[in-house]
Amino acid sequence: MKTKTASDKFIAGFAYVYMILFAIVAIIPFMTIISTSLTDEQYIRANGFDIFPHEVTWAAYKYVLGRGSAILGAYQVTLVVTVVGTLFSMLITTMMAFALSRKEWKMSVPISFIVYFTMLFNGGLVPWYIVTSKYLHLHDNLLALILPYAINAFNLLVLRSFISGIDNSIFEAAKIDGANDIHLLFRIALPLALPGLATICLFYAISYWNDWWLALMLISERDLYPLQLLIRAITSNISYAASGAANSSIAAASIPKEGVKMATTVLTIGPIILLYPFLQRYFVKGLTIGSVKG
Amino acid sequence: MRRAVHVLFSDLVKNKFLYLLVLPGLAYFLLFSYLPMAGIIVAFKEYRMDLGIFGSPFNGLDNFRFLTVDTASVLKVIFNTLFLNILFIGIGTALAVITAVLINEIRLTWFKKISQSLIILPNFISWIIVAVFAYNFLNTDFGILNGWLKGLGMEGVSWYNRAEFWPVILVLLYSWKSVGFNSIIYLAAITGIDQEQYESASLDGASKFRKIWHITIPGISKTIIILLLLAIGRIFYGDFGMIYGLVGDNSLLFSTTDVIDTYVFRALRTLNDVGMSSAIGLLQSVIGFLLVFAANAVVRKYDKDSALF
Repeated sequence: MKTKTASDKFIAGFAYVYMILFAIVAIIPFMTIISTSLTDEQYIRANGFDIFPHEVTWAAYKYVLGRGSAILGAYQVTLVVTVVGTLFSMLITTMMAFALSRKEWKMSVPISFIVYFTMLFNGGLVPWYIVTSKYLHLHDNLLALILPYAINAFNLLVLRSFISGIDNSIFEAAKIDGANDIHLLFRIALPLALPGLATICLFYAISYWNDWWLALMLISERDLYPLQLLIRAITSNISYAASGAANSSIAAASIPKEGVKMATTVLTIGPIILLYPFLQRYFVKGLTIGSVKG
Repeated sequence: MRRAVHVLFSDLVKNKFLYLLVLPGLAYFLLFSYLPMAGIIVAFKEYRMDLGIFGSPFNGLDNFRFLTVDTASVLKVIFNTLFLNILFIGIGTALAVITAVLINEIRLTWFKKISQSLIILPNFISWIIVAVFAYNFLNTDFGILNGWLKGLGMEGVSWYNRAEFWPVILVLLYSWKSVGFNSIIYLAAITGIDQEQYESASLDGASKFRKIWHITIPGISKTIIILLLLAIGRIFYGDFGMIYGLVGDNSLLFSTTDVIDTYVFRALRTLNDVGMSSAIGLLQSVIGFLLVFAANAVVRKYDKDSALF
């Protein structure tokens, strides 16, 4: 029989209160953004930002999604980069992870070390920048937002240990039936490693969606700006978001500046928030995999 | 030598599909990791765009002269990097462990799931978006924080002009973003603790607090130490995405927020000083490597499986 003392009850109660407060703190910034994006500019100027909207207006969204707005172009860039980048990363990461998981292949040890070493030592920003822009000509090229992130060494090693966990006798049996390594990868390893693949896939997708560092370094052409960098440009200089609509009849003074910043931000986080409830269990699983063997 | 070539060649024939599978990955690491590593020699050259990394003339240690000329600002940047990282590691780890321990005490499954998903959510938001959140709270004219201060009859504060507040602001934002996510790692470690220990402690009449203190915390101490050591190995790297995302080019805040990574970036992009930025980048890489190496050696002592190599 368990007996509950006062201190035990206090700890249990405290755990609930703590988590409720933490959850509120976690979502309040999201609410203020949504609230501000729906608030009339005059109201903001008079009363400041708030956590809840007072009179809902869609003016900022109409403006952001209007014709000639730069945001739609940036959305396209981010979408293409995320989809193409994630598929490409998954393909070459999985191929390499599978090959390195073959313990009987003696080259897997030195090649794994080549991968490990990049996690310990790097050339630093300047040589990286010179190599990517001068030698690989990635400056102002959409590939600049994909190729440098094609493989994440950590993801590769997590996936390798995931595939290593598959019972080797399944591979042996298929080999006796005449399957080569490519068959083993696509017919046997991929279906069995699905949970691990889903996790890594999400990590790649999020990192492509959220990236702005590569764009900051390698993209100066405004048409190639991804969403994140565009938000940076908008928050520091509203006139840029307005540039596409410069010919329209909207007078500069009537632009809902604060609302536009927030509406753009909401549109950028939107897909993550919408997909999050469905993907959340994979994140948790992926983290657990990563922490068991990093 | 000929024998080695022969062995490699016969392996190449035997495992041709495996070589094919690692080829794109190897090309990636060669181009984006090893070529920049070779490019480190730029730190000892007078870089000329037209001549490139390998064609530019050597100039000895000229690029390192800033160390003696500009010692004060270099020391400041190193101090900021170390100071902020120590705050992040210390406070972030403590909060993540506390959060994991408390999540473990929650019995209602639906409550656990929902609250956990909410506290992990900030991790998936980029620092650029966090910067917009910060702007919402800290803006001098419309910010929520100043709204509250004015509601209490106080003066609003120009947060973006006051460098002294920023270490606190950065720690709060760092914790907001990372603690929920990191707590899962500790929670996984807690799940691995032998349940029998708790049961026998219950029979002995141990309170919940004693169980946490004498079983849970020691049970995850190995994980805590390993993650701490690995974080210390990276203490010479500032989080560029975070600092540049939040502070950007606001020089009013540099005195407390400028870290090595943002300093190098500015030297390269704004001042266009390739020599100095590559020299300081080289120092950072070498010291970083030595620290990671040392941290890994210590981790190996505690737990061979968790070591990086």
